[in-house]
Amino acid sequence: MRVMVIVKADKQSEAGTLPDKKILTDMGKFNEELVKAGVMLAGEGLQASSKGARVKFSGGKKTVTDGPFAETKELIAGFWLWQVKSMEEAIEWLKRAPFEGTEVEIRQVFELEDFGDNATKEFKEQEERLRTQIAGKR
Amino acid sequence: MTATDTHRAIDAVWRIESPRLIAGLARIMRDVGIAEDLAQDALVAALEQWPESGVPQNPGAWLMAAAKNRAIDALRRKKRLERKHEELGQELEAGPQAPGDLDAALDDDIGDDLLRLVFIACHPILSTEARAALTLRLLGGLTTDEIARAFLVPEPTIAQRIVRAKRTLTEARVPFAVPRGAELAARLKSVLEVIYLIFNEGYAATAGDDWMRPALCEDALRLGRILAELAPQEPEVHGLVALMEIQASRVGARVGPSGEPVLLLDQDRGRWDHILIRRGLAALERAEKLGGSRGPYALQAAIAACHGRARAAAETDWARIAGLYAELALAAPSPVVELNRAVAVAMASGPLAGLALVDALTGEPSLRDYHLLPSVRGDLLGKLGRFDEARAEFERAASLTRNARERELLLGRAAACARG
Repeated sequence: MRVMVIVKADKQSEAGTLPDKKILTDMGKFNEELVKAGVMLAGEGLQASSKGARVKFSGGKKTVTDGPFAETKELIAGFWLWQVKSMEEAIEWLKRAPFEGTEVEIRQVFELEDFGDNATKEFKEQEERLRTQIAGKR
Repeated sequence: MTATDTHRAIDAVWRIESPRLIAGLARIMRDVGIAEDLAQDALVAALEQWPESGVPQNPGAWLMAAAKNRAIDALRRKKRLERKHEELGQELEAGPQAPGDLDAALDDDIGDDLLRLVFIACHPILSTEARAALTLRLLGGLTTDEIARAFLVPEPTIAQRIVRAKRTLTEARVPFAVPRGAELAARLKSVLEVIYLIFNEGYAATAGDDWMRPALCEDALRLGRILAELAPQEPEVHGLVALMEIQASRVGARVGPSGEPVLLLDQDRGRWDHILIRRGLAALERAEKLGGSRGPYALQAAIAACHGRARAAAETDWARIAGLYAELALAAPSPVVELNRAVAVAMASGPLAGLALVDALTGEPSLRDYHLLPSVRGDLLGKLGRFDEARAEFERAASLTRNARERELLLGRAAACARG
């Protein structure tokens, strides 16, 4: 299964300052470990929200707001995509990450198998029809 | 944390730590079987203590320390035994290092140990099944039960397979070393074969009711990715990883709503996994940069990449694929490659040109029971409007496949031919 590991923004990341050398080195080591274990599929750090934008959809209208955005704790500063056997494995890996003074979130990615044995044939067909419809609308 | 939670956490720690643990211990003990037993003992200790004490802050170090203590005991016993043997005037080869060297030895670069472990698990003296099971167990950190479920065989069968494999390695005194020189190429080939076999068992299950078992593909991919970092200078390792990444990118598109197979050209390419395609193309580039674009795995990856790059089936560069198959036929000649080349030629130059190549293969003894030969022939005959012949071929193909889903698909195509 795959998980997305979501790293929250903080004052520093929002100010656009890069982490100090020690943190970068430690993070580099951790990333290397993830790659060597065949766990890391992708991972990116995000620039400050001042360089971002939001599009609001409401009543058929689209309103664009430019960053920065105020609620720092709800912003994300980076993510990984990991391939693991279980949520517990993801947690074990994350515990090894060199973070301090923050909370990092792990979320499971939907996979085909999630609809697997438990899903009825009708459900799968409905899912397929929906996908076809969505594809048709694109 | 409940006891169940702790056990699940221990499973996860085991998966992460056991390959390193076993690899380090194997070098000290010079015996993979003993190393695995010691690591297992440490796991048992964790299972006994952690539910009470909680999972330690650094579980890997805890397991390593527990295993080290057991290794020291084992070495002391061995030394005593050796002394006795010496007293009896028996000649003995140099034993393992003294317990004092153990800490330093275990903290040495673990990467080399892991690579040694890969080579030993895939040693040619073992049967292919044993190699696959041992590799999943030692490098993939899978339990016997997980391996048994993956290969659809009873757990005792796998357990026995692993025990026997370890015994064979001990009895043959297979050195715990990375092969060098001319031997390296042959041994690496065996490693790549095992990983690709595991992948294929997941990608095109040879038995059972499911067309694919994606978890097994993921295990193989993970092993491949690990190997790519352990032996980064070997182009064919990257070739294999590229091939598996690109093939795995299609897993979600290869099954229809009721679990039936969907053929490559009929797949909804929007459902391909573009992260995996990108990873595959990057791995292929690594192989090519090392000058290894002509190896069998890199060539197959290059073929898969042609499909991966085509946004629609109609955009496929069939001429290039036919050319790559011709190269592959030289690098790794086989009737199956020739059959694939026939398909590509048919797509590039028309069904008649392809059929000529397929017909040349019908007498091939190794393809006698290979369901894809009549399947391809049926397809080409159908395209030429020769429906009666095509139907007979599809029916023959259906009778040859062992996969239930594939049989349905082939019978469906036979029925379509009957309708003309």
